[in-house]
Amino acid sequence: MATALKIYFTDIYRALYTVAVGLKLTFLHLFTPSVTIQYPDVKLKLPERARNRLYVNIDDCIGCDQCSMACPVDCITIQTIKSTPDVDLGTTSGGNKKRLYVSQFDIDIAKCCYCGLCVYPCPTECIVMTDVYEFAEFDRQNLLYNFSSMTPAEITVAKEKAKKAEEEAAAKKAAAAAAPKPPAAPGTPPPAAPTTPGT
Amino acid sequence: MQELLKSFLGDNALVYIIMGVPPLIFILLYALVTLYMEMKVSAHIQDRVAYMRTGWHGVLQPFADILKLIQKEDIIPAQADKLLFTLAPYLVFTGTYAGFAAIPFSEGYIGSNINLGVFYIVAASSIVVAGLLMSGWASNNKWSLLGAMRSAAQIVSYEIPSALAILVAVMITGSLNLNDVSKFQEGGLFNWVVFGGPLPLLQKLAIIPFTATAFFILLTAGIAEANRTPFDLPEAESELVQGFNTEYSGMKFAIFYVAEYANMFLVSAVAVCLFLGGWQSPFGSALSGPIWGVFWIVIKGMAFVFFQIWLRWTLPRLRVDQLMYVSWKVMTPMLFVCVFAVGLILVL
Repeated sequence: MATALKIYFTDIYRALYTVAVGLKLTFLHLFTPSVTIQYPDVKLKLPERARNRLYVNIDDCIGCDQCSMACPVDCITIQTIKSTPDVDLGTTSGGNKKRLYVSQFDIDIAKCCYCGLCVYPCPTECIVMTDVYEFAEFDRQNLLYNFSSMTPAEITVAKEKAKKAEEEAAAKKAAAAAAPKPPAAPGTPPPAAPTTPGT
Repeated sequence: MQELLKSFLGDNALVYIIMGVPPLIFILLYALVTLYMEMKVSAHIQDRVAYMRTGWHGVLQPFADILKLIQKEDIIPAQADKLLFTLAPYLVFTGTYAGFAAIPFSEGYIGSNINLGVFYIVAASSIVVAGLLMSGWASNNKWSLLGAMRSAAQIVSYEIPSALAILVAVMITGSLNLNDVSKFQEGGLFNWVVFGGPLPLLQKLAIIPFTATAFFILLTAGIAEANRTPFDLPEAESELVQGFNTEYSGMKFAIFYVAEYANMFLVSAVAVCLFLGGWQSPFGSALSGPIWGVFWIVIKGMAFVFFQIWLRWTLPRLRVDQLMYVSWKVMTPMLFVCVFAVGLILVL
């Protein structure tokens, strides 16, 4: 009987005591600074190597197509046009000579899985992942990014020129094949086949 | 105020209608404030910030919430009892609102100056049980019915400790009219009933432990009657979805909500009137008067509303058996002791 009473009163005491402890704790939390980051107003700094939106510095692109090959989801589409020896496309910032017009460099960022595999093979380091992550769109078409700086008119001109050059080369080849002496046509260099896979 | 109105308008029904309006306006404004306070307090207790984008620190959010609820579709389940389902929220609100009639908001304003004030409040707030049972039964939903049954059991159980605690205060003040009870506690902080009222010092010292216990129990029982955490079994989300208001949406749900908030203030106001001087200023005659009276009772009431919110975000929910244990085996016997002891001290 005595122990039962003792348990009864200790239970009441412990209930009140623990409630008081809890109330004190929550009251202190009322005045601790909150941990909320009010996102659009305040932004956390991203890690140094964060992978977000892709960016292509088209001036440095040599149209080698390696990024497109590396892409596991095929979101990069590249089309190139051969340049003729008489035009100078300039050099990349690394000093490589550019030999191809990049007529199309599209990235469908809606497909992109942000793996970063396209970044590593790039010989000129012109495709990079930036820290931009706010690029939601209402229209899915807007997520298809066109990086090529060529206008349609330029593309047509370049294409025609390339076609002409090719025809000339083919004609010369035919002429060379017809001629008995092979070293008769030393002027034309061989077409830059090794750097243009799948064009 | 009633006499003043009668002198202008004569003794007709209009006077009584006008007398009933202030509590209603108060409840609606208070519900907005409490809605905001609840969200802010809960957020800061959890180290969050709550609303920040609607106005300065989100002060316009309660209005936005109300606007949203007004626009919402009013759904009545196909299998529900339409009449009872529609009636229930209004009955719940009416029960709570009726309780406000006997609360003296100041020396000059009491909705109905009847000499059975507290008794009337206890009786009127029992209508809430009927409303909750109606809502649970009419919803034709297992969760609602279980919630309503729990709610009824809980409110009926906790009426007994709260009535006994009220009795302790009434024994000291000798009146059931809350305005008279408040007047009785004139003369500053130490004449409040929780400190023994205006009794001789020796009696006062002897009575304080019992009045303090009764006050504490009245407050706890009040939280249970208002269905607030840790006594929110009727709407235990993790077990019963939303309890008796599972099937309610739109304005009907809003009315349940307002009724719950109004009930929070009602139980606080009753406790304040009985034990903490009601509209009396804690500094004696300083800062007292009919206007300051409104200020003091609202401030005291809101302090306990804040306490209820604070408690809500501190304690987990009780089990049903624990709930009943607390009511019948702890509070009720203790209050019997209190009633007996207070009676003895007053006689001596």
